[in-house]
Amino acid sequence: MNMRMSAAGGFGERSLEIIRELKHLEGPMLPILHAIQDEFGYIPEEVKPLIASELNLSRAEVHGVVTFYHDFRSHSAGRHVLKLCRAEACQAMGSDQVADRARQLLGIDFHQTTLDGAVTLEPVFCLGLCACAPAAMLDGDVYGRVDDQVLSEMVAEARR
Amino acid sequence: MTVTIFVPRDAAALALGADKVARAIAAQIEARGLDARIVRNGSRGMFWLEPLVEVRTEQGRVAYGPVKPGDVESLFDAGFLSGSGHALCLGLTKEIPFLRQQTRLTFSRCGVTDPLSLEDYRHYEGLKGLQKALAMTPLDIVKEVTDSGLRGRGGAGFPTGIKWKTVLDAPASQKYIVCNADEGDSATFADRMIMEGDPFVVIEGMAISGIATGATKGYVYIRSEYPHAIATMIEAVEIARKAGVLGPSVLGSQHSFDMEIRAGAGAYVCGEETSLLNSLEGKRGIVRAKPPLPALEGFLGRPTVVNNVMSLASVPVIMDRGAAFYRDFGMGRSRGTIPIQIAGNVKQGGLYETAFGLSLGEIVDHIGGGTATGRPVKAVQVGGPLGAYFPRALFDTPFDYEAFAARDGLIGHAGITVFDDTVDMLKQARFAMEFCAVESCGKCTPCRIGSTRGVETADKIMAGIEPEKNKALLADLCNTMKFGSLCALGGFTPYPVMSAMNHFPEDFAPVPVREAAE
Repeated sequence: MNMRMSAAGGFGERSLEIIRELKHLEGPMLPILHAIQDEFGYIPEEVKPLIASELNLSRAEVHGVVTFYHDFRSHSAGRHVLKLCRAEACQAMGSDQVADRARQLLGIDFHQTTLDGAVTLEPVFCLGLCACAPAAMLDGDVYGRVDDQVLSEMVAEARR
Repeated sequence: MTVTIFVPRDAAALALGADKVARAIAAQIEARGLDARIVRNGSRGMFWLEPLVEVRTEQGRVAYGPVKPGDVESLFDAGFLSGSGHALCLGLTKEIPFLRQQTRLTFSRCGVTDPLSLEDYRHYEGLKGLQKALAMTPLDIVKEVTDSGLRGRGGAGFPTGIKWKTVLDAPASQKYIVCNADEGDSATFADRMIMEGDPFVVIEGMAISGIATGATKGYVYIRSEYPHAIATMIEAVEIARKAGVLGPSVLGSQHSFDMEIRAGAGAYVCGEETSLLNSLEGKRGIVRAKPPLPALEGFLGRPTVVNNVMSLASVPVIMDRGAAFYRDFGMGRSRGTIPIQIAGNVKQGGLYETAFGLSLGEIVDHIGGGTATGRPVKAVQVGGPLGAYFPRALFDTPFDYEAFAARDGLIGHAGITVFDDTVDMLKQARFAMEFCAVESCGKCTPCRIGSTRGVETADKIMAGIEPEKNKALLADLCNTMKFGSLCALGGFTPYPVMSAMNHFPEDFAPVPVREAAE
């Protein structure tokens, strides 16, 4: 454990605190994973065995849960995450063109991060902003009726 | 007297700049030394008018919208604090036709109150349903809900009262109420709006459900794509707990009920109730086979009510006004009201709560006002990514569970996406398969493999490779998925695919190979 903790560059101690704080919940796994990701920006590989031993599960079970959900990352994202909605209501308002423009502006595809580490581009299937489509989310902030101008502003904001 | 100005805090209003507008208003109040305060209310659900700013006057609330930060100074110059005219003035809020024609039962407070003011909530009839329920036997509460005709608003339309009865009758030391707030269908935002705009009604509905079934613990499973709803619900639960609405003695009674807010993690399939339960337990969101029903073996294997946000939010008004009052709205076996969400390429997008029975055409053409682009409506998808595409020819279909089923469609969570004539229905059919492939939990083969094969087959049709043969193959595949899948994800993906193919055959016709330019 100690070797693992030092190899994990300090993930271990903080992770254990988080896990022990939340393990009393009924169904503690998702709250723990969210808290770990909030803390480190992703789910470090080294943390999975800690969760497993604290929750009395196998490492494979923890890995299985982590990889099932779109939200959990295996690596850090860029400093900002730009999510563009790709679902039907946004499609009806030209989200495909917005996505093309975003790829072009950032020089990356979905699920990629710009070389300067500023922005990660991700698809999202519905932000519930379907009556003001196309919709986007930059970090926690939501945007509706996204057009070239709004998109350029978001990208500029993220690149700053 | 202090003037009250309302600026919505609903995520859609925020997405359109409501925070900047609120800041600009605050700056004007400060600079002009006025006696006014800003309340951040929920949304009225008229998104083409958001940010919709309201001012409380002696005549009632006067609306202005859509307000941009740059408009604020001129609003003050025009004297909008006394409700006077301005180019953006919409008159009295309650007289705006889109609102006036609605029957707001579930959404009666949404956009009216400060969402986190329990005082406001009580002032506008809140907690009356819970108080009545506390004076009744569990069986009588269940009977009231059953008699109201309320059916699951998540999409399946199962009678809520019958589900509750099953849980009430199940003997167990611990039972649960799980509120399904994994509102993943495109074109739906009713759950989000109510959680952000009137969170106490969800809490009240859950408490009533707990008292009716003997469950003392509740969970709201909210999708992670709704951070604002999560934050509002967490805050509302704390307020309700402090005020004794939740806790060991609900409103001073001998009943105990408490609840927790949980965030999903970006899996669409977790909107399916058994998958949601697995996710809540901390497992992969894999669908469970039924039986056992969640009502008997649900969360942690214990009897559990799994209800949609809208179903639970409709319970307080049913308890307050009575089953007969609610049942008198609607048609056929679809009783009460339904919050219809009109979205996509539509001029007047928003939430419209009304009794069941309006025709699809009335909703799209009259209430929605046609497309935002001004082009003709070609298709509307009803019920999210698993719902059928309807052509204009079927616009006489009344909004009713059975009427939609009779036309190979579904109401689902009552979201409608409008598309103009530029939409390519083959592309939409392909998207339905692609979405299913991305979101399939992988448990059953028809969904897991069928969706991927569906994407490939649609691609072949698109490329003009043996189109007739591949169309027949796609139809056959849909048949397998429809009857062979374990849950609605694989089972209903055929609805958008087949409806696109059947109603818009021209989009599935082989495209003549384009001559290269020059």
